[in-house]
Amino acid sequence: MIRIEGLHKSYPIGKDSLHVLKGLDLHIKEGEFVSIMGSSGSGKSTLLNIVGLLDEHDVGNYYLNGQLIEKLNEKKAAVLRNKFLGFVFQSFNLISYKTAVENVALPLYYKGVGRKERLKTALEYLEKVELGPWAEHLPNELSGGQKQRVAIARALVTVPKVILADEPTGALDSTTTDSVMDLLKGINDEGMTVFVITHEEEVAEQTDRIVRLKDGVIISDELTESGKAKAKQYV
Amino acid sequence: MFDLDAWREIFQSINKNKLRAMLSGFTVAFAILLFTLLFGIVNGLQNFFTQAFVDDADNSMFVRTWKTTKPYKGLQSGRRIQLKNEHLDYILEEHSEKVQHISARKYLNVRITYKTKQDNYSIRAVHPDHRYLEKTIIDEGRFINQLDLNQKNKVIVIGRLVKKDLFGERLALGKYVNLNDISYKIVGVFSDEGGDREERNVYMPITTAQMLYGNNDYIDNILIGYNPRLTIDRAVAFGNRLERELRQKLNIHPDDQSALFIRNMAEANKNVGQLTTALFFIVILVGSGTLIAGIIGISNIMIFSIKERTKEFGIRKALGAKPGSIISMVVKESLLITSIAGYLGLVLGTFILSQIGDGLEEYFIYNPSVSSGIVIGATFTLIIAGLLAGYLPAKKAAQIKPIVALRAD
Ligand SMILES: Nc1ncnc2c1ncn2[C@@H]1O[C@H](COP(=O)(O)OP(=O)(O)O)[C@@H](O)[C@H]1O
Ligand SMILES: [Mg+2]
Repeated sequence: MIRIEGLHKSYPIGKDSLHVLKGLDLHIKEGEFVSIMGSSGSGKSTLLNIVGLLDEHDVGNYYLNGQLIEKLNEKKAAVLRNKFLGFVFQSFNLISYKTAVENVALPLYYKGVGRKERLKTALEYLEKVELGPWAEHLPNELSGGQKQRVAIARALVTVPKVILADEPTGALDSTTTDSVMDLLKGINDEGMTVFVITHEEEVAEQTDRIVRLKDGVIISDELTESGKAKAKQYV
Repeated sequence: MFDLDAWREIFQSINKNKLRAMLSGFTVAFAILLFTLLFGIVNGLQNFFTQAFVDDADNSMFVRTWKTTKPYKGLQSGRRIQLKNEHLDYILEEHSEKVQHISARKYLNVRITYKTKQDNYSIRAVHPDHRYLEKTIIDEGRFINQLDLNQKNKVIVIGRLVKKDLFGERLALGKYVNLNDISYKIVGVFSDEGGDREERNVYMPITTAQMLYGNNDYIDNILIGYNPRLTIDRAVAFGNRLERELRQKLNIHPDDQSALFIRNMAEANKNVGQLTTALFFIVILVGSGTLIAGIIGISNIMIFSIKERTKEFGIRKALGAKPGSIISMVVKESLLITSIAGYLGLVLGTFILSQIGDGLEEYFIYNPSVSSGIVIGATFTLIIAGLLAGYLPAKKAAQIKPIVALRAD
């Protein structure tokens, strides 16, 4: 699903440049539940943004769903994002003047789905994250956990191939963290590839595979207990 | 293409950001309102000046004489100048192609008696053309005609107020009245837009007056209506030339304004024309200033609002919005606000102008109004400005990498 070979990324800072990703190789197969661990500033978000086509890499190859990503203009990137990717951000990134159901329906609008069907589908996904009764509420009337569940419903609504989540629990307390992780687990169980950034060990433990990043390099890439269990199942 | 869903997005965005919409709407409406009022008021000024000169024919020239103030050819100053028939004849002979109407005017003050009623009135002894030069309106009967002139008829045409004084509501036409004991027949009643004073005048044939009062060929003024086909400049030149020629004929110093002077409407028209042109340029200046202020206003608001929404655009892009859809959303929003607000400003402006009507006449403003072409042009300018003001920053915002836009706050 996602294949990365020798990926480099630097950010220009004034005249110098900051080398953030220093030659990453990573392969994530369809249906995997992967987390990226690493201290703050290790380049986790940078990696996820490149995978999510929100940013461009400098050197190396990136294949999304078998397609080599290079020289994408904004328009093509928008289409690919809409088709393959669903985003969940640490800060939720809901549009403040839209209700929960309208926020969830927005990706379908850009997909060209009609209004009625859009709102119907959006409501189904809101119900799936147990927020049906909150459909007509604005984001500022929801708790952090609820906002993140709206964001997850929004990421799911287009039935993407990959869910990309950048510290989805970073702004949440431990109980809501668990409920969000349960949701992501459920999504993965349905066959969707889920790619989560976190710096919390307990969160990473709930995924199947942990990739550890330090100073722009992968220092370890291991299956968790549940990952091993799944792997055995398939063998 | 009309895309209902796209407009729904826009209405929602406007509705949820009322302050922003109101601000830019207010700027546009205010600019158009000011523009409309300004143009209207200048138009009102023009209307006033045009109207102020409508009493007499606007192609008239008025020759009047008084005493010389400069010695000339051995003649003393202080000499009284007297126009005579020969001068009028001279104008007709020498300049017939430049003259449309011509009439002498001789003033008399007489006591008019009808039965028991009597009063003093001023008489104007004139030629038939005088009615065109003074824009006399014949209410009853007729004006002085050529036959009256030839036969030196004792006939008069009385003003509406003279009739009212002497006859009240009764019939005056055909009646005889005494002017200083000479009996005249009333052959007409006139009115005049020049006001009450004009309507207390009485007209009689110039020949009759010359025969009965002094038995000479004296006249006081000559009124000329120059050929309307003359350009203003040529009409001014004609007046100046006539002035020179008459001064020469009467042995007046060429620069003696007091002895003989021609009041030429062509010059007044020229001045009004120049005033109008000056006003026009002032309006262009101030009007475009208002518009530019409006344009800058919208641009600023749009730039600000787009900056404020950069993060929203980033979110939309992460969800699959193409740059074009973001640009079109912003531009349509800007367009919608500017056109509605522009229209409101326009309607309000024209409404205020129509309420003013002639209420500001004492400030030289009469019936202020604007031509729809100018206002529609101004509104379109603002709408196009609104489009650009939305398009340029939106295009820039739409090109920002989503990751940068998402980080914005
Ligand atoms: N747009 C950018 N311009 C310059 N430096 C950046 C930019 N984005 C991230 N960085 C820097 O790159 C490094 C890695 O950032 P990031 O990938 O966000 O780390 P993490 O998500 O692991 O905390 C940090 O030092 C950060 O300051
Ligand atoms: Mg990060």
